[in-house]
Amino acid sequence: MTAQEVRLCGLLLQEHFGEMVEKVGTHLLKSGAQNLRMILHETGISLDLHGACVFSSGRKGPGSPTEYRTSCDRILRILRYPRYIYTAKTLYGDTGELIIEELLQRGHMTMSSTVKTVADRLTQNMEDGRSMDYNDVSNSFSNLVETHFLQRCPPPPRAGPKESATPAPPPVPGTPTPPISTSLPTAESFPDCYKVPHVTLIGRGKRPLSSEDVDDQRNAKKAKMDSETHGDEGICWQVNFERFHLHFRDQAIISAVANKLDQTSSEIVRTMLRMSEVTTSPSATCTKPLSANEIFRSLPTNYNIARPILDQYLTLLVDDPMEFVGKAGESGGGMYVVNMHRALANLARATLESVVQERFGSRSARIFRLLLRKRHLEQKQVEDFAMIPAKEAKDMLYSLLSQNLVQLQEVPKTPDYAPSRTFYLYTVNQLPTARMLLQNCYKTVANLIERRLYESKESKRLLEKSQRIEAILASLQASGAEPEQLTEVEEMITAPEKQQLDALRLHINKLDSAENQVDETIFLIESYVNSTTTTS
Amino acid sequence: MAGKGRGVGAFTFNIEALGIGRGSMPDSRVGPMPLFPNIDFKPVPLKAGEEEDYMLALKQEMRGTMQRLPHNIKCHANKAEVERYTERYLKQSQLDDANWTPDWSLLPKELMPQKKKVVKPVKKKKAVKISRKETEAMLTKLDELEKKDDGNPEKSDDETEKKKVNEGEEEEEIEAEEYDEEDVEEENDYIDSYFDNGEDFGGAGSDENVDGEGTF
Repeated sequence: MTAQEVRLCGLLLQEHFGEMVEKVGTHLLKSGAQNLRMILHETGISLDLHGACVFSSGRKGPGSPTEYRTSCDRILRILRYPRYIYTAKTLYGDTGELIIEELLQRGHMTMSSTVKTVADRLTQNMEDGRSMDYNDVSNSFSNLVETHFLQRCPPPPRAGPKESATPAPPPVPGTPTPPISTSLPTAESFPDCYKVPHVTLIGRGKRPLSSEDVDDQRNAKKAKMDSETHGDEGICWQVNFERFHLHFRDQAIISAVANKLDQTSSEIVRTMLRMSEVTTSPSATCTKPLSANEIFRSLPTNYNIARPILDQYLTLLVDDPMEFVGKAGESGGGMYVVNMHRALANLARATLESVVQERFGSRSARIFRLLLRKRHLEQKQVEDFAMIPAKEAKDMLYSLLSQNLVQLQEVPKTPDYAPSRTFYLYTVNQLPTARMLLQNCYKTVANLIERRLYESKESKRLLEKSQRIEAILASLQASGAEPEQLTEVEEMITAPEKQQLDALRLHINKLDSAENQVDETIFLIESYVNSTTTTS
Repeated sequence: MAGKGRGVGAFTFNIEALGIGRGSMPDSRVGPMPLFPNIDFKPVPLKAGEEEDYMLALKQEMRGTMQRLPHNIKCHANKAEVERYTERYLKQSQLDDANWTPDWSLLPKELMPQKKKVVKPVKKKKAVKISRKETEAMLTKLDELEKKDDGNPEKSDDETEKKKVNEGEEEEEIEAEEYDEEDVEEENDYIDSYFDNGEDFGGAGSDENVDGEGTF
């Protein structure tokens, strides 16, 4: 946990869960796993509040006394929640979007409660007289589970011979009780991780405060039904973040191909990725080899790509310096793979280059790219290869060096490292530079959040006033007031105040939007850094 | 250290090898860096599109809902003695949230708030082995003693205090003893006879400070 990460996590916890959770969370982050008494002692909060605090981010260790751990990654994911929800919307429509939203907010829920809540919410937004059937929502839920976007929560580790709770669906015969291991059980290690339980859910969503008698009667009957258990108590579901990340990664590769080449090649890559979704493990270097024949058969029909054209496109993709697609053999018309790790590395490299370009100018970016390609260069060689006059090249190199984007490597000619007899080579190391940039991103997001909080605090009085007036307006409109009354209330905010409010809203929206977009960069660089750790 | 005076700006290596001349060094910094330094290249504007707007709206909505969820714990200010007017109109959902309990099967047992047992009776039962009848008898006896024996307030204080501690806890059950509360001494330095309940105000008991007390 770097200082920047801890600071950002603290801010996120405070915004979403309150100050108590923030205190506990930052304490756990800084000091690793701890047991309950230590936490209480060092943060000085009472047990009642603490219990709920640890709920959303803590995880437990085995053995007595139970230790509590929290992880930076889990908290930093909060930044990405809007992206998850939007992706669910594009893939599964409004129903999927609401399911994911509910699960993200609550952490984990049983299927029946999710279905009910989502159906109610959908019904609220529909026209009068129509309501959402539970079946539709259940179907969406099952779809999400089938494509692994949702998974069951792993059973909590119990210190002792008690068997892990698996109600309704009987445990697979022969499964031993999980031994107490030092590592936390991941959701994947649970055998029934993606099995949807048989749940009896019959009904429709309800509107709050429906005024019709028919609805009332129906509601009265429903109330009795709701109190029944639906056969899936104890089976909680959570969002499978890794699956979403794989999806984002695939999307990044496809859009990169579309930008570099053209739409058709991106469709080809999309087909290849779709075909290898189930056969490729998440941390694989490249997908399983696919023959050109298979790709041809699986292409979407509306594109009308002829077989020879497909071959040409594939050759083009293989020859491209970005190395998205590689050739793995000649059988079946040519075996092709998508190089995951290589693609991620290239995308990260492109990000680094663009950062240098935007911060230091295009000529410095030229030097940076040169050093990335040629690895080690002397001062003189840099000037020559980059075709930049000596003095300016020196300046640029020096400023890049001071920002630690470029490093100096000493190569001695004599064992005593005498300065006059040593080569000094400039070099760029992609991985450490990427890590440094990642920390910068965390710091950026933390700064954005702090600035937003500062802005809201400065204009707190004004914001409260405007909220009150909006509430008054809403209640007046609901009770059917005349236009004069409405304008009178609206005039309670003066014109300069309105301007101030508009400016404030604009700033806050900009800061919020910036957070979302920095998170895209964070995702890319994080994926790259993680991919290198798995291979090395 | 020998080179301190002579070579303040000297480098340990030959900087010609790096290609940087002495004259091309940037100005040395005086003081801390400015908070918002001038940058030569302005940052690229944010992406603005339908997708970004939608995600922005999602984000702000999510922040709002998460702050209202029971997971979000605010420092519970002590409940005001006087019940606030607004509490009557709090929505049922908010009240439900306040009494939210998480799913205990997923959390370790030690986090469950224990019901506060009334600790005193347990202690009391162990300490006090004397039966109730005996205490009553003792108390009445001591009261009589006390009324007789004004000159020894200390002794009776100690005894009555012990009994009072036990008695105070059984207060609800012993109604007959209630009236004794007022007569029982508190352990303090004031002599019993100096205080009066106002019953004999201006009477024989307050002959010392008549002039001192002003009547308003």
